[in-house]
Amino acid sequence: MNEYLGKTGRIFDIQRFSVHDGPGVRTIVFLKGCVLRSKWCCNPESQRYEIEEMEQAGKTKTVGRDVSVREVMQEVLKDRSYYRRSGGGLTLSGGETLCQPEFAQALLRAAKDEGITTAIESTACAPIDTIRKLLPFLDVYLMDIKHINPEKHKMFTGKDNALILENAAILAKEAKRLIIRVPVIPTFNDSAEDIEDISKFVSTIMAGGEIHLLPYHRLGLDKYKGLGRKYELENILPPDDGHMKELLEITLKYGLKGQIGG
Amino acid sequence: MTSVYVDEIKKSPRIPALVEHLYEKMPEIEADRALLLTESYKQSEGMPIITRRALAFEHILKNIPITIRPMELIVGSATKSPRSCQVFPEYSYKWLESEFDTVSIRSADPFYISEETKGKLREVYKYWDGKTTSDLATEYMDEETKTAMRHNIFTPGNYFYNGVGHVTVNYGEVLAIGFEGISKRAQAQLKKIKMEDKDYVTKRCFLNAVIKSLEAACVYAERYALEALELSKKESDPKRKLELALIASNCANVPRHGAKSFYEACQSFWFVQMLLQTESSGHSISPGRFDQYMYPYFKADLEAGKITREFAQELMDCIWVKLNDLNKCRDAASAQGFAGYSLFQNLIAGGQNTEGLDATNDVSYMCISASLHVMLPQPSFSVRVWNGTPHSFMLRAAELTRTGIGLPAYYNDEVIIPALVSRGLTLEDARDYNIIGCVEPQKSGKTEGWHDAAFFNMCRPLEFVFSNGAELGEQVGVKTGHLSELDTFEKFYDAYKAQMNYFISLLVNADNCIDVAHAERAPLPFLSSMIEDCIGRGISVQQGGAVYNFTGPQGFGIANMADSLYAIKTLVYEQGKYTLQEFADAMKNNYGEPMSDLLAEQYTAQVVIKANDTGKHLTKEQIAAVYSEIKANKVSEDKKHFYKSLREDIDALPKFGNDNKEVDLFARDVAYTYTKPLQNYKNPRGGMFQAGLYPVSANVPLGAQTGATPDGRLAGAPVADGVSPAAGRDINGPTAACNSVARLDHFIASNGTLFNMKFHPSALKGQSGLESFVTLILGYFEQKGMHMQFNVVSRETLLEAQKYPEKYKSLVVRVAGYSALFTTLSRSLQDDIINRTEQGGF
Repeated sequence: MNEYLGKTGRIFDIQRFSVHDGPGVRTIVFLKGCVLRSKWCCNPESQRYEIEEMEQAGKTKTVGRDVSVREVMQEVLKDRSYYRRSGGGLTLSGGETLCQPEFAQALLRAAKDEGITTAIESTACAPIDTIRKLLPFLDVYLMDIKHINPEKHKMFTGKDNALILENAAILAKEAKRLIIRVPVIPTFNDSAEDIEDISKFVSTIMAGGEIHLLPYHRLGLDKYKGLGRKYELENILPPDDGHMKELLEITLKYGLKGQIGG
Repeated sequence: MTSVYVDEIKKSPRIPALVEHLYEKMPEIEADRALLLTESYKQSEGMPIITRRALAFEHILKNIPITIRPMELIVGSATKSPRSCQVFPEYSYKWLESEFDTVSIRSADPFYISEETKGKLREVYKYWDGKTTSDLATEYMDEETKTAMRHNIFTPGNYFYNGVGHVTVNYGEVLAIGFEGISKRAQAQLKKIKMEDKDYVTKRCFLNAVIKSLEAACVYAERYALEALELSKKESDPKRKLELALIASNCANVPRHGAKSFYEACQSFWFVQMLLQTESSGHSISPGRFDQYMYPYFKADLEAGKITREFAQELMDCIWVKLNDLNKCRDAASAQGFAGYSLFQNLIAGGQNTEGLDATNDVSYMCISASLHVMLPQPSFSVRVWNGTPHSFMLRAAELTRTGIGLPAYYNDEVIIPALVSRGLTLEDARDYNIIGCVEPQKSGKTEGWHDAAFFNMCRPLEFVFSNGAELGEQVGVKTGHLSELDTFEKFYDAYKAQMNYFISLLVNADNCIDVAHAERAPLPFLSSMIEDCIGRGISVQQGGAVYNFTGPQGFGIANMADSLYAIKTLVYEQGKYTLQEFADAMKNNYGEPMSDLLAEQYTAQVVIKANDTGKHLTKEQIAAVYSEIKANKVSEDKKHFYKSLREDIDALPKFGNDNKEVDLFARDVAYTYTKPLQNYKNPRGGMFQAGLYPVSANVPLGAQTGATPDGRLAGAPVADGVSPAAGRDINGPTAACNSVARLDHFIASNGTLFNMKFHPSALKGQSGLESFVTLILGYFEQKGMHMQFNVVSRETLLEAQKYPEKYKSLVVRVAGYSALFTTLSRSLQDDIINRTEQGGF
């Protein structure tokens, strides 16, 4: 009984009062480990599963700790009053949530047991059967689609996108609510054609579906230095508002419910 | 559900013009009231005090200059110059006389004063020596109390030097039956009392004083009617001519009679509001539930087609401007504590009615619009929130918050109503509460709450635990034993409680002495006429005529004390890592950091006194050398290193404000050391003491008088404000801070708690920003927090405003229970506001 509460997994952060990642006020639990190596990733400390050290503001910080579902939920439920008012709850992010599928499933289940809403931020880059195990406990799937072109996808993330697009089509039918999120990265996917391709794809798998365009930001820059890694996109500037609006128009043209930001 | 008109109504071009006129020049001190008052007092020597007060009020209102300012629709000005102030020598005057040459150049709230005015006031002051409420209170106070005050443990400065104020009268009754109606009631009571009754003569004098004061107020309004008529005759612009004629007709009818229209109700309200502040210098004369008592007039006019929403809004906007026309000059020290020229006229919208149903109406929304239109610090605008508050109302209020004006403050019905019931209010009265001044709840028209009775610095008693009750060679507190005797945390904590209890008893002594002085020297017949049951009982508010009587002094520094005691408990008694002696030494040496100016002066004085005692007299140069040595606070490298690691260990401990249940519950208990003992005391009006936990802005000046504390806070640094976490220590985000603060017992602090949060404007961006913000408030309230307020400005903006004040004249920030223009605040208070934790995360 309730064994799943004792299940442990590896996280690197818990962020409260987040309002951009799913409905209402949410607490995000960041799971460690990812299958992709996106060059713009703002959480580079999330990518490796191993616990590592990072310099931050002149101090060495250990990134990553192993915790039980019970411990995580204790933290998550502190903001229950705010979830209740806003329809908020728990969001799992990463890293890639699906790298720790059993832990993720247990967390989502615990959240549902407590009556709060659930969401995951994920690239869906895993076998569909792994994903299907989460769906009964999941209210919102925030799924990244970064590019339609497989080569370009591979060049910037280290993996091609065949599995991702395939899973997207299935999730469009099976997830309670699917929201496609596109991180808009200059020189990678910020041209009208890039967004047009994505919009076209999304409208075919999910007519009138939801799509969020997330403008690139550089808030992760210092973390690369702190980890002793090179940030390859150093010279890229965030896209301006006018350009983002033009891209948004494209999504609307395809009949999608588009918005800028989460 | 009633349909409520929620759209914002457009702003009239009149409003910016009125505001511009109001801020054209520096506020000025005017002598007319002081002259007239003194004239009258000289003629009434030997008469009963209540009669003298009524005669003086009458003499003032018959003769004080009256002014109708350009473009005004609501008239009645207490001073010739806008935003200026009259003087109230009956309360105290010596401070002003000694500040004649500095009051116009001081950093907090400067006032211009002409040489002519100085001359007139010097003449007036000759009469008042020994006759003020302040003189009498000083006479009454016990020596121990005076000693404690001299050592800055608490300050009852507010009522010690000024009128009491802090009240909401029964505005609704004046609007309905006029002063004539109230006067008739007093006349009827006069007929009812019998010559052979034991208190017949005092009742007779009081009731006659009420009747005289009310008549004086009517005559004053009628002077405005004549003035408006004159101006109308001379006016060439036909539109303004008509406006002035209408003003004349309004002032001829109200406040003598009941209001026949919304416009008359507005005018009548205003006369009550300004005349209360002519009778006494007490501030926090709070309009209260304006949306409730004004709504019937609005509704009737609207339904009869007599008024447009636009004009009604314009009239309300005019009142909002007018509330900034009143002003008050405080002594330099108090001006720091109440910085921002604030009069704390708290006006509240929304909430439940006496039956417990939601009472939000069209006028509630119009109140929000008025604050958006006028964008000035007054009124201190508040909203009541409960489970039945319309969501649209919360969102509109959040829009006002988003402007960064620091308004409104949000209050939780679900805490305040039961808290007031626990203090003896009927459920109906509790449901009808409004807020006085900063954060203090009361039932209007029935209460003398003495809400701002003192500031009590909870950090100071802890210093006396370390010094066995002594300071600067004087026994100030009680002897709680040498540090070596305090060998368990329980003993240490008990010592703190013993110091607290002792100083609280002295605080009660101070307040009660002042209370008696007001009753004997400054009873207020005009105010009393609008507070139940003064007429029925035949005694003034000051003598206990109100139905509900309280005294509410506020404690502050809870967060510092919670963190400090937690540090002692953990590092000394649990881990044994440090001794009490080591803490004492570190605090005395300010953790090896330079000493603040003020404390360096105090410590220098101590050295000088000691030397004097031993017969050694130091030269000026020697004193200067002592001072600079103390100021630099040079300690050995070893000690420096030791202090540094001590402070690091303190910093590493969990702190209040981060949703750590153990620390938060500890803080809850620490707050009880102030709130619980106070409940045992009574005031001379027959009411009880009830604690508040809010600092106005006194946490800065009183922090400057406080030595280093065991939480690592340096000497002279501001103390934590209200129930908020100590500045910069809440680092787990807004929900964590809210949860921590909600763990304190807000019910027992029935005189109000104050929780400050500061947000970037970006935090409330877009519809989702507003929604999240509302969620935060409701989530905090669900956990039984009482009050919440917000500063929405970026740190950069504030720093910029410090550099270029001229560019940011209109920048309004939330100081404590009120908003003020940032550039009018003293530098140290500005710094404190900048340093309050900025919550991001949206």
